[in-house]
Amino acid sequence: MISQIVLSGLTSGAIYALVALGFAIIYNASHVINFAQGEFVMIGGMAAVAFVDVGFPLPLAIVLSITAATFIGFLLEKLAVEPARGAPVVTLIIITIGASILLRGLASLVWDKKIHALPAFSGDAPIALGNATLLPQTLWVLGATVATVAALWWFFNRTLTGKAILAVSHNRLAAQLMGISVRRVLLVSFGLSGALGALAGVLIAPISFTSWDIGVMLGLKGFAAAILGGLGSGPGAIVGGLALGLMEALGAGYLSSAYKDVFAFVIILAALVFLPNGLFGRRAAERV
Amino acid sequence: MVAVLPLALANNYTYEIAILVGLNAIVCVGLNLLIGYAGQISLGHAGFFGLGAYGSAILAARYGLSPLISLPVCVAAVAAIAWIVGKPILRLKGHYLAMATLGLGIIVSVVLATEDRITGGPDGMSVPAVRIAEWVVAGEATWYWIVGGALVLTVWLAQNLIDSPRGRAWRALHGSEVAAAAAGIDPARHKLAAFVISAALAAFAGALAAHYSGFITPSKASFLHSIELVTMVVFGGMASTFGAVVGAAVLTTLPQLLTVFKEYEMVLLGAVMMLTMIFMPRGLVPTLEGLYAAARRKSE
Repeated sequence: MISQIVLSGLTSGAIYALVALGFAIIYNASHVINFAQGEFVMIGGMAAVAFVDVGFPLPLAIVLSITAATFIGFLLEKLAVEPARGAPVVTLIIITIGASILLRGLASLVWDKKIHALPAFSGDAPIALGNATLLPQTLWVLGATVATVAALWWFFNRTLTGKAILAVSHNRLAAQLMGISVRRVLLVSFGLSGALGALAGVLIAPISFTSWDIGVMLGLKGFAAAILGGLGSGPGAIVGGLALGLMEALGAGYLSSAYKDVFAFVIILAALVFLPNGLFGRRAAERV
Repeated sequence: MVAVLPLALANNYTYEIAILVGLNAIVCVGLNLLIGYAGQISLGHAGFFGLGAYGSAILAARYGLSPLISLPVCVAAVAAIAWIVGKPILRLKGHYLAMATLGLGIIVSVVLATEDRITGGPDGMSVPAVRIAEWVVAGEATWYWIVGGALVLTVWLAQNLIDSPRGRAWRALHGSEVAAAAAGIDPARHKLAAFVISAALAAFAGALAAHYSGFITPSKASFLHSIELVTMVVFGGMASTFGAVVGAAVLTTLPQLLTVFKEYEMVLLGAVMMLTMIFMPRGLVPTLEGLYAAARRKSE
């Protein structure tokens, strides 16, 4: 029983981790919390479903939907965040919330309000693993997450663009003095987060389906995971996401399934009381 | 202004909107004290609203208490909860505080929806009509005056607070917590006061709302409602009580107007939120005040 719970927890944890990474990347580059992050997940799943319905083969549909989400990330940065660059933090939060409402509304218009499922990537036949049964899709989720994390590590540490993004997150002014275009970094960050969100959406759609409004809770939990891990920390986001998924599954399995959504937030609250900067967050030093 | 408005209200529906505006405005004025003056943030204030609503409703429905008693008891209880919860939470800053308040709000709304033996679950519960001695409080016009009076009282309270030593302490905190502490102001105490006062006001409005509509659902404590409230405060203008009221007025009536557009309602709402925040980052009232001051300067 517990192995089943752990597996299910890790699967949803991997999704939360991907969403949390999206939050972390955008926050690092711009200090903006992108409350529309959950909508990228929704767009990934729904667009892929739409492409498959139109007749595209699954792999192509996945690639197209991730590309679409990346593009929407670019648009979000260009049209919503850049014009409001000097605004106070609360204002920026409201802008991204407005964007998420806008995207949800567009989704309900362009597609519909029904629940959709994406076909599983390699079939539905469950695999028996000791006491637990494993869906092949779960392996895809976990595998793709590991691969993505590895790819991101390579991107941030070995490519110029990645290093530029890291530079901006450490010290924006110094990065500008070194000739890094902050605007380009912001654009890439938003696009990358959009892609990550869409990937998460595509991975989870065969298991927990997708509809126009799954973005809300997923976005909130992803945000919670990012905060748990320490805002702005990539490894923190991943650890936070996995921890959140696990604790949620354990709580739902052993304590009360009706309060499943609450566990995440109770744990976050408790964690924040003892660790005000999250697990790996930088100990904020205030300049007087 | 509250007295003049009924002249413009044609029918029950417009009265209803005005009452909704008033209720939201009460919460927003309180929330503005927390966000605009004390410089904190709360993404879960609808939770306090919901607690106030359900608290008063349950006391009235299951224990038969008259709303004249249940309302103050409820507000005091929610204030106590806010005090207990606020103490550890207000040590957090910025996005971490936002997350903590967000979590609180969600926990409250899920608990309200799940404990259906007490609260009637996701479908909500009905609230008995208000009876004071022989008089049944009903009718849009009556409630309009009740809510209007409550709003006037709230604004008066807020303005007095803002001009008091505590209000100045809040503004000092907002500017720089370290400097305020160096000047002898205890940040924790004052932040807690702002939190508790705004929570009490939200509960007050919630209880009024419950008794007015005769029915409440857990959606009143939802994350979306919390976001709406914060948007009203920021849109109207932070650190401006009048701005909070204006923000509540505009953003309560706007969705009503937008229902004409049916399916496009969400898209338009999101677009309006984004555009107004992009072009008026300080909010409506401060931007208009700025324009007015600039125009006056030019004409001199």
